[in-house]
Amino acid sequence: MEQSIFQYDFIIKGILGAVFASITAGLAGTYVVSKRMVFLSGGITHASFGGIGLGYFAGINPVAGAAVFGIMSALGIEYLSVKHKIREDSAIGILWAFGMAVGVIFIYLTPGYTPNLMGYLFGSILTVTNADLLALGTMSVVLIAYFGLFYRTILYISFDEQFARTYSAYVDVFKYITTSLIALTIVLNIRMAGVVLVISLLTIPPNIAMIFTRVYLRIVLLSILAGFIGTATGYLIAYVAGIPVGATIICTMVIMWIFAKGINQIRELFDHKN
Amino acid sequence: MTWILEMKSVDASYGGVPVLKDINFKVFEKDFIGVIGPNGGGKTTLLKLILGLLKPVSGGIIFNNDLINGSRIGYLPQISTGDMNYPVTVKDIILSGLMIGKGIFSRMSVTDRKKADHVIGQLGLEGMEGATVNELSGGQMQRVYLGRAIIGEPRLLLLDEPGNFVDSSFENDFYEKLKDLNDRMAILMVSHDIGTISAHIKSFACVNRSLHYHPSHEITNEDLLAYGCPIQLITHGDVPHTVLKRHE
Repeated sequence: MEQSIFQYDFIIKGILGAVFASITAGLAGTYVVSKRMVFLSGGITHASFGGIGLGYFAGINPVAGAAVFGIMSALGIEYLSVKHKIREDSAIGILWAFGMAVGVIFIYLTPGYTPNLMGYLFGSILTVTNADLLALGTMSVVLIAYFGLFYRTILYISFDEQFARTYSAYVDVFKYITTSLIALTIVLNIRMAGVVLVISLLTIPPNIAMIFTRVYLRIVLLSILAGFIGTATGYLIAYVAGIPVGATIICTMVIMWIFAKGINQIRELFDHKN
Repeated sequence: MTWILEMKSVDASYGGVPVLKDINFKVFEKDFIGVIGPNGGGKTTLLKLILGLLKPVSGGIIFNNDLINGSRIGYLPQISTGDMNYPVTVKDIILSGLMIGKGIFSRMSVTDRKKADHVIGQLGLEGMEGATVNELSGGQMQRVYLGRAIIGEPRLLLLDEPGNFVDSSFENDFYEKLKDLNDRMAILMVSHDIGTISAHIKSFACVNRSLHYHPSHEITNEDLLAYGCPIQLITHGDVPHTVLKRHE
């Protein structure tokens, strides 16, 4: 009896987690991939690990610590590159390693407690709490509202920033807000996929979608669908085989990507023959 | 003739370095002005001032508000702005020309979409509405950008080095289009290609720290010397060639 209640709880969590992860990662990921911010996003992710470590050390919620670190580093890099004060890729590389180093130092300094590092690095089903799901669900609503209300403004700023400046005084404001929301999306998805693998949760689904369409809105919708299939399947495999969930999700998605590429190759071959 | 734009003793600088000094300049309806001048002479700064991307250090830039119905300015940038791999369609790019005055919650109405379809027809882009930028040739891309610039029926059309990405098959067509548009809007065209420019403009302005307006499309060496406007002539061709002075 207890076993079946546990299973039921797990299935609900798994489905909700997959839905929220695919919505948030699909919206944020399409923006990141289209704007070629993948490396920046990787930097944000790893920098936020410093916040996780600090959270443990200071006895506050590690996700809150990660959110602060993630947003601060995202805004910092965005601000400095707008002002042309740094070489962006070098700054990201430094921040990437620094965040991880700070995180490890704090975790090892935390007295009498060795947290499940593997869970944070590669994702773990057991660490996903109801609070995490609530946060991801809220994030889904926020992102849908944000991209829904400002779709054209965001699209046009990403496509041609200089032209957007000729009609809007809010270009930088939108860039900062969008980058912050992406940092937050990444941090909240760390519980699902882990620090090392979360970036692929954002980047693989849009790349699957872009095999079939080059229109922004369709890429978003197809990404969410691909993300849901990949996440739910990965979750199931992780549960059955007892493997970290991030790894199974990413492997499932890469197999989907290869499969989609293959279908497209065959389709092109047929188009060519006819 | 009604005026559209006036610049009154405008000084402009970049990071404390003065670029333009005491610019007095008026654009009237139906003007077709070629803006020439050496690199670093301030041509781009002049455009930025008119576009409001740069605030003048002193002086004023005034638009004739009595005239405005629709947008003030249509802007055709050099092709290098915009991400040529971005997943955005031809129709969406053209619609972005209507963002001026729409605010951040912008929605495109049925009328807006009809305007876009009209411009697409006008520029011979039928059937390409749903194409994304990576599928377009340079000439098609320029037509899309021109569509974005004119969809709002601006009073003043700013062209920044349009010769840079005209493909030769579209070049004549492009300048013909400009001639048609000139019936409805004044045009200010920045170009280093003085040969192309003088065949299509009505007057020219030479920008080199200061601005000299010349109310004719004939540009002579003497004019250029008098204005301190050392421009370099660049043309492309199959055979390297020298350009000689025109016979009288």
